[in-house]
Amino acid sequence: MEGLIALAVKAVFVENLALSFFLGMCTFIAVSKKISTALGLGISVMVVQTITVPANNLILTYLLKPGALAWAGFPDVDLTFLGLISYIGVIAAMVQILEMTLDKYFPPLYNALGIFLPLITVNCAILGGSLFMVERDYNFAEATTYGLSSGFGWALAITAMAGVREKLKYSDIPDGLQGLGITFITAGLMAMGFMSFSGVKL
Amino acid sequence: MSQTKKELLVDPLVDNNPITLQVLGLCSALAVTSSLKVALVMTIAVTVVTAFSSMFISILRNQIPGSIRIIVQMVIIASLVILVDQVLKAYAFEISKTLSVFVGLIITNCIVMGRAEAFAMKNPPMASFIDGIGNGLGYGLILMLVGFIRELFGSGSLFGITILETVNNGGWYVPNGMLLLPPSAFFVIGLLIWAFRTWKPEQVEERDFKIQTAEAH
Repeated sequence: MEGLIALAVKAVFVENLALSFFLGMCTFIAVSKKISTALGLGISVMVVQTITVPANNLILTYLLKPGALAWAGFPDVDLTFLGLISYIGVIAAMVQILEMTLDKYFPPLYNALGIFLPLITVNCAILGGSLFMVERDYNFAEATTYGLSSGFGWALAITAMAGVREKLKYSDIPDGLQGLGITFITAGLMAMGFMSFSGVKL
Repeated sequence: MSQTKKELLVDPLVDNNPITLQVLGLCSALAVTSSLKVALVMTIAVTVVTAFSSMFISILRNQIPGSIRIIVQMVIIASLVILVDQVLKAYAFEISKTLSVFVGLIITNCIVMGRAEAFAMKNPPMASFIDGIGNGLGYGLILMLVGFIRELFGSGSLFGITILETVNNGGWYVPNGMLLLPPSAFFVIGLLIWAFRTWKPEQVEERDFKIQTAEAH
């Protein structure tokens, strides 16, 4: 249990997906102009991440790993090279299912998150989370924790970024830096802030 | 077809650069630039995937039904990325280890999807192929620039060959370790954007608020 808490804290702060691995940067920069939209997107990423990382973990364990197909009578088959295509397939399918479920049972939530859901399929943070799970050999419990906390970390980062940018638009910035340029530099400063967490030992 | 092939190839380099102007494909641009060699491999990988995925999607563009086009594009792109990944693992294992998840992340690199959606779905295969190469190279240009700055000043070498002898090895150059850390990539790209936009003022974004100029009496 302690291991899981340490993993969660590490995934939120020290190894923040957005600020230390630069995942989901395109949306991070493009959708961080207003706090409300940033928060909406952040929550959707968190939900999708919590579902897809454990789902991909199950697929890896029971279908793709060398020897994983022993239950079906193929103990020698190694399908890991199909990993990428199955993960992205699972993500696309999950997003689609989530969208339909929300539409049917939680219309207000669907209206709030609706426009962001399709965007999430191509958000590198989601696929990145699954790939890190594979690379670090997480088991199912670790994968679930990692999915939830890395999603939370991403949501935290984008919301903070949007907060900074809402204030920033009133300041007098040199012409060439206006917009994208200053956003990058702000993100750099935030990343430095998050780096200071790396001294925290658990 | 109003644009010539040359324009398709050259336009994304500076005038319509995927990173500095279209805000596409940032994730990998930031993460793999701490050494020039890795940046070069990444550039080649992305250019190949973008060019071929654009071509294949363009060949199939009249057969793909609109409602499931994203999935079809994804499958084409993912298959190409698997090929690239396997080739890298076979012939450049060290580099493929350093790139770790970022090869897989070419699938969700917005440049590939963006060009497929914006260009390849509407244009013939040859033009799409060239457009893919152009955008791959525009992406690579920024990657190489950032990689050059970070490796030269961060560790005093280029492609692993020592250029500035560092203090640790008895030389004179005190390397700036900050440049090897992730946040520096943000600063370098931010400053590059500044430089590009000073050179091409028409790329400057509109302000939301302006400081009122004092009126002449």
